[in-house]
Amino acid sequence: MRKKRIATASLAGCFGCHMSLLDIDERIIDLMKVAEFDRSPLNDFKKFTRRCDIGLIEGGCCNEDNVHVLREFRKNCDVLVAVGQCAIMGGLPVMRNAIMHSEDPLRECLDEAYKASPKVMNPENQIPNDPALPLLLDKVYTLVDVVKVDYQIPGCPPSGDVLWTALSALIKGEPPELDWALIKYD
Amino acid sequence: MESRKARIVEIEPVTRVEGHGKVTVHLDEHNNVSEARLHIVEFRGFERFIRGRLLWEVPVIVQRLCGICPVSHHIAAAKAMDMIVGVDQLTPTAEKMRRLMHYGQIMQSNVLHFFHLSSPDLLFGFDAAAKKRNIFEVIKQFPDLAKQGVLMRKYGQEVILHTAGKKIHGTGAIPGGINKNLSLKERDALLVDVDLMMSWAQNAVQVAKNYTLDHLPLVEQFANFKSSHMSLVREDGALDLYHGNLRAVDAAGNIIFDQMDYRDFNDYLMEEVRPWSYMKFPFIKSRGNVDGWYRVGPLARMNTVSFIDTPLANQEFEAFRRFGQGKPVSMTLGYHWARMIEVLHCVEKIKELLHDPDLQGTDLRLKGERREEGIAVIEAPRGSLFHHYKVDENDQVTYCNLIVSTTHNNTAMNRAVTDVAKKYLSGQKTITEKMLNHIEVAVRAYDPCLSCATHALGQMPLVVEVLDAEGKIVDRGSQFAEIETPGLT
Ligand code: SF4
Repeated sequence: MRKKRIATASLAGCFGCHMSLLDIDERIIDLMKVAEFDRSPLNDFKKFTRRCDIGLIEGGCCNEDNVHVLREFRKNCDVLVAVGQCAIMGGLPVMRNAIMHSEDPLRECLDEAYKASPKVMNPENQIPNDPALPLLLDKVYTLVDVVKVDYQIPGCPPSGDVLWTALSALIKGEPPELDWALIKYD
Repeated sequence: MESRKARIVEIEPVTRVEGHGKVTVHLDEHNNVSEARLHIVEFRGFERFIRGRLLWEVPVIVQRLCGICPVSHHIAAAKAMDMIVGVDQLTPTAEKMRRLMHYGQIMQSNVLHFFHLSSPDLLFGFDAAAKKRNIFEVIKQFPDLAKQGVLMRKYGQEVILHTAGKKIHGTGAIPGGINKNLSLKERDALLVDVDLMMSWAQNAVQVAKNYTLDHLPLVEQFANFKSSHMSLVREDGALDLYHGNLRAVDAAGNIIFDQMDYRDFNDYLMEEVRPWSYMKFPFIKSRGNVDGWYRVGPLARMNTVSFIDTPLANQEFEAFRRFGQGKPVSMTLGYHWARMIEVLHCVEKIKELLHDPDLQGTDLRLKGERREEGIAVIEAPRGSLFHHYKVDENDQVTYCNLIVSTTHNNTAMNRAVTDVAKKYLSGQKTITEKMLNHIEVAVRAYDPCLSCATHALGQMPLVVEVLDAEGKIVDRGSQFAEIETPGLT
């Protein structure tokens, strides 16, 4: 049987879900027997080399690049999985969407971070705006706001054991059914 | 690419780093590199949206900025909140539990960086085929070494599990103390493998040291530049990753400031905003924004501290300093060697703590007289981490400022990227994927945590771009026609 191809991406997430994937520890050796990684920040494939069976996405969308990467994943992966609270519900980054009594939360966040102050030297008083920087979205979006998602694995992050269980099922072509004791929303 | 007009090459995303970054290389009309930049491309806005949250929530929320060293943010926030709840000295059980958690964290993070992310460059060469440059290939070709890396990281994660309750985003530290001690069962579980870890950590130092010595001609000319260095040190000058005062030395090793109370950091440090990165550029005020930049992290710590208070790591520290002939070591790739010395130090500390009965103590938490302001600095895996909060009488945060480790290295990483781009890309007719990987190797050595660095604005995968003289993007690193596409297996 040919090895399953897995692609992973971290969008507006903290990389913790990727770290949790590495918490499968030595089982990574078993994983390599049945699967191989395509596009992923864990290797140097910066784009898809071919169609993948499984796409794992950590994080929601906070800028245009995130949206672009997410659409690429949807296009190139048979099964797309939202991994972790950020991908499913927005997580910590989504806290910028609603700031009490604020009409323009993003603007407030940017001002707080960059405006000139005794601690910040910013002679032109400008917010970073170089064309090299992707445009920020008006608010943070979850994955399902942008594309169809096949499965969601909750947790912040889902533990290495949860990811192992889910991935093992997906590799066999089965839906990742988690025992209730494994489902955590922390 | 014939010489026609200036342009910009882009590497995006930079891979095998934690988080999201991008590099742009600016070429002039003769294909010479005029400048190269590392951009942080995401933005969060943490400092604004944390306002209004309750003080006890902060250590749990803030670590979600970064899943690579969540414990660092967790502990730094808790330490700042200690100050707010009026606790200047924790109970021995609380401080030692936090230290144990912290050493577990630095161990796993440093190991992860060296084995999982950087070792492919060192073992296979900077210009190995792209499809080979990953941990999976290391597992195939160097199974024993890879196994040591995987299991050392696992051990560090288990130390965190038993101190914080969870491997990633735990809850151990709370304002004024901790929420659990270490049970005898947990202690015994950790004791089983501690000696094995010690011998593997010693081996890891040798691997990193031998790499440096065996490749000196390369290492010495690769992003090697003079800079100042800064870290916390203990009152006697020893390495202390959890607590101390700030020391900075210049390129010759002369003291810029020493035993500076970190609560006064705003008098010493300032940050500059530049339009092309969401990450700010900190500098030492007295030296100005042009010359005041410095480095932090393992290399800087080996250059600032006077000694290490654990014997095996101290021997390695002395060898490191002898190599530098008493002066600060300035090679970017020296970070790897320094990082493994710290792993050894952490394992020694973990072993020492596991034998300390204070960890089974039951005095977990203290309370004191409330204050409005809390400032904490710890040495995170990647360098000094600053947390500064103000909290009102309703327990709500009214102000927050974080200077994360990676941010301190912003200027240094940009220097490294420019140096390497000039050396390997200038005047080249064709820019290959392998040449671009050299730039990524330089960035990677700093183990940048682009997730943390994004706290203000966003997060970055590492990307390299090529721009023309007018600043138009000619092509992106991964999309060059000339660049070989990683083959299929
Ligand atoms: S779900 Fe949690 S662990 Fe995963 S990226 Fe989001 S904050 Fe990090």
